[in-house]
Amino acid sequence: MTSHEALDHAASPVHHHHSHAADSRHAHGHHLLTVEDLSISFRMYEEGEGDEGGDLAGAGAGVASAAGSGLRRWGRDSRLHRYLDAPQREVEVIHGLSLSVHEGEIVAVVGASGSGKTLLADAVMGLFEPNACVRGRIWFDGEPMDAASLAAERGRGIAFVPQSVASLDPLMRVGRQVEGAPRGRGAARRADASRRRARRRELFARYGLDESVARLYPHELSGGMARRVLLCCALMESPKLIIADEPTPGLDAALAGKALADFRAFADEGGGVMLITHDIELALTVADRVAVFRDGTVVEETAVANFAAPDLLAHPFTRQLWHALPEHDFEAASPVGQGPCPCRPTEATSSVGQGPCPCRPADDEGTGPC
Amino acid sequence: MLEARNLAAAFEGRVIFQNLDLAVAPGERVHVAAPSGAGKTTLARILAGYAAPAAGEVLVDGVPLPRRGPCPVQLIGQHPEHTLDPRLRMEASLREALQATRGETAPRRGVSFSRRFSAQSAEGAPENETPLRGAVSRGGATAFDAETEVLLSALGIQRRWLTRYPHELSGGELQRFCIARALLANPRYLIADEISTMLDALTQAQIWSVLLQEAERRNLGLILTTHSPALAARLATRTVVLPAVRG
Repeated sequence: MTSHEALDHAASPVHHHHSHAADSRHAHGHHLLTVEDLSISFRMYEEGEGDEGGDLAGAGAGVASAAGSGLRRWGRDSRLHRYLDAPQREVEVIHGLSLSVHEGEIVAVVGASGSGKTLLADAVMGLFEPNACVRGRIWFDGEPMDAASLAAERGRGIAFVPQSVASLDPLMRVGRQVEGAPRGRGAARRADASRRRARRRELFARYGLDESVARLYPHELSGGMARRVLLCCALMESPKLIIADEPTPGLDAALAGKALADFRAFADEGGGVMLITHDIELALTVADRVAVFRDGTVVEETAVANFAAPDLLAHPFTRQLWHALPEHDFEAASPVGQGPCPCRPTEATSSVGQGPCPCRPADDEGTGPC
Repeated sequence: MLEARNLAAAFEGRVIFQNLDLAVAPGERVHVAAPSGAGKTTLARILAGYAAPAAGEVLVDGVPLPRRGPCPVQLIGQHPEHTLDPRLRMEASLREALQATRGETAPRRGVSFSRRFSAQSAEGAPENETPLRGAVSRGGATAFDAETEVLLSALGIQRRWLTRYPHELSGGELQRFCIARALLANPRYLIADEISTMLDALTQAQIWSVLLQEAERRNLGLILTTHSPALAARLATRTVVLPAVRG
């Protein structure tokens, strides 16, 4: 691992300023991924306005019949008019999010379901919905990125490990699926195909998958085999960064441990892993650092070691999480995502998109105590 | 007393477990521990009457599970998105449970496909069926009785969720409804099969605190499975280990 300061990046002056909390204790390795001040919002229709009848199907039929007769015949207050003029609003799902993944470390992004974690993964892979509005800065491997360059890195520099075998093609044998389609024509194509096959063999051998597994279909895999096949898919093009979205649901402790050991091995060889999960116990067993996600932003980025005692945790929400763990107090201070902010119990803050904790100044990086 | 006597289960010709005896007293919380694939979920389904055992019987106070009507053993599963009727709004799903236990005939808002062919409607219970589409105004759900409302708010269920369909809610939100529905069916025994694996730590703690309170108040017997040793240690009064799969 190269020392972070020794590396020369294209965007050094901007890239080198850190947005970590002082106590996040990250390894001073090379930044593989830096996300700064990321905001994602969606344009969507207002809910529950202008359709007292609630009968959109009827209004939709109206559109068809109105197409020929001209829209102006529909009065200002007609139902169709309301349908066409349905007010839109912008819903901010992620705001002011900053996060870094260094070489050789696993960063767990922990948060409640529905808090926008998967959206973060999509953003890092350059996948954006057509109605999404994205602001912020992302660097990958020292280079500033935009949507197109992120999309170009997808599957190459940045690989994704999905939740389950449901993401595999059920009609294609696992081996071919891991290898992917060879590129080029003629001899070049054959060379690429054999290179892919060699790489796949090497990965299967490394992860203890028998060569016969390549002939199986996804439904014939056991849970543990499926996990390793998905990991092999991701590692095919030797990525630098792996994004794993809830990689271990439904696996028993032994299998989950094995899956996570594979991620650990990848990180120890100099890769970076962004582990997205709701399971904080799991995150604590394998990750180096934990980014606590709440209401669309990272409220605290802290070292796993700091979870030894609640006093070491800066943000009240992280402390709440600590107390909620079964091995600690197992008590829920307030319902997740709906409750009032722990720092200002009288004021309900939550519902995604209403901005960060109100007790936090706007220029705050989002990592210090409220 | 919920008793399983000499239970056996097979899956595709393979024996999963056999000669299994299990007894759960009211007020007891039993953790069933076993590795993946050892038949925990199969056992849960048999105990709740969803599946028939290959051999043996399930008795509640010495009587077999009823073949119709609400079952005294209620199951909360691992995949709430698969257990709720996709054509019913959440409120209707809850009212089904109420209707089954209390004979409530409050304004029905659509009838689930499964229930239309269930034993109860076959008996000729007056079903005030309304077409599903367009039957519900956007105005919001009608109020439940006070006791139910307290339960719903304790589980963190918001009013605006009641008029939504299952696909419009997240897994954690749906699981709260599944728990509410199981409790509204007035069970004597509750089976919690990995009910909190999809939940974050805070929601997990909140939901379990409600469940434990209710279990204590109603003197329910609880059977639970989980992969988290810490959670099992926290919840269970007794642990039963299923033998490993043979053959």
